Amino acid sequence: MSADHAVASHDAHVTSTGLSNVKLGMWLFLGSECLLFGGLISTYMLYRGRVGTGPTPMQVFDIPFTSVSSFVLLMSSLTMVLGVSAAHKGDDRNTYLWVAVTALLGATFVGGQVYEFTAFYNEGMGFTTSLFTSSFYVLTGFHGVHVTVGIIMLMSTLGIMKRSKVPGSKSETVEMLGLYWHFVDIVWIIIFTLIYLIPV
Amino acid sequence: MSADTTTHTEEHGMSNAGYVRIALILAAITALEVSTYYVDFGRLFLPALMIMMVVKFIMVVSYFMHLKFDNKMFTWIFYAGLILAIGVYCVALATFHFFS
Repeated sequence: MSADHAVASHDAHVTSTGLSNVKLGMWLFLGSECLLFGGLISTYMLYRGRVGTGPTPMQVFDIPFTSVSSFVLLMSSLTMVLGVSAAHKGDDRNTYLWVAVTALLGATFVGGQVYEFTAFYNEGMGFTTSLFTSSFYVLTGFHGVHVTVGIIMLMSTLGIMKRSKVPGSKSETVEMLGLYWHFVDIVWIIIFTLIYLIPV
Repeated sequence: MSADTTTHTEEHGMSNAGYVRIALILAAITALEVSTYYVDFGRLFLPALMIMMVVKFIMVVSYFMHLKFDNKMFTWIFYAGLILAIGVYCVALATFHFFS
């Protein structure tokens, strides 16, 4: 490798802010996501008492079940951060392991949400039953879609890493996935408290 | 400790044992949150739940998302979005007399 080439490849990582553009973009995205979920949570808070002839939140919510789901998602944040830590150390084996476990825990959470929605529907809580049910399904459904997208990204990244075709830094790729995953977790921390634990 | 090792710790946060400790604290707070559903906390119910939620949020953002160890620019970007969202939606909820 010539000296010029070495300088050029080093300069490719230098940005005007001195920060990684990928990371900066991810934090901007997460900041904007606060506005999206803020809107959905506010809408739910406004309509949670508008149950019409349908069931009330306290009649249908299964707090023990949702508590277990919350715990599973919380633990997936631990496995994700262990995956990021392993990626920074260049430990590929543990990176694969923890990323795969995170995807598995995420899938467990989504499975639980599908079960919960099915149970709610069977108890007469349809999407258009009341303003409460609509705002509840939109909020928790959007969160569930975010978790599902996270699982797809985790599995895709695993596949790409196995083929050693990760563009740029492998550890930064895993770190960005981690940021997204933790964000999904903090949104659930808010949803679990405001929607499930505080009675109407 | 070499300079390289110091830089690595500063950039990437904590040891794995540290992450496990944070996760255990988060799990304990979650258990405490769930207990409010079964135990009557009286007037402390709502403030206690809100404080526990905020503590969990900050712990995940600071330690798992590394904001505590990372460049402050990322902290500003994220919290700016969050504070903007809280402000905008508090005003929106107040407009609909949610707090009264």
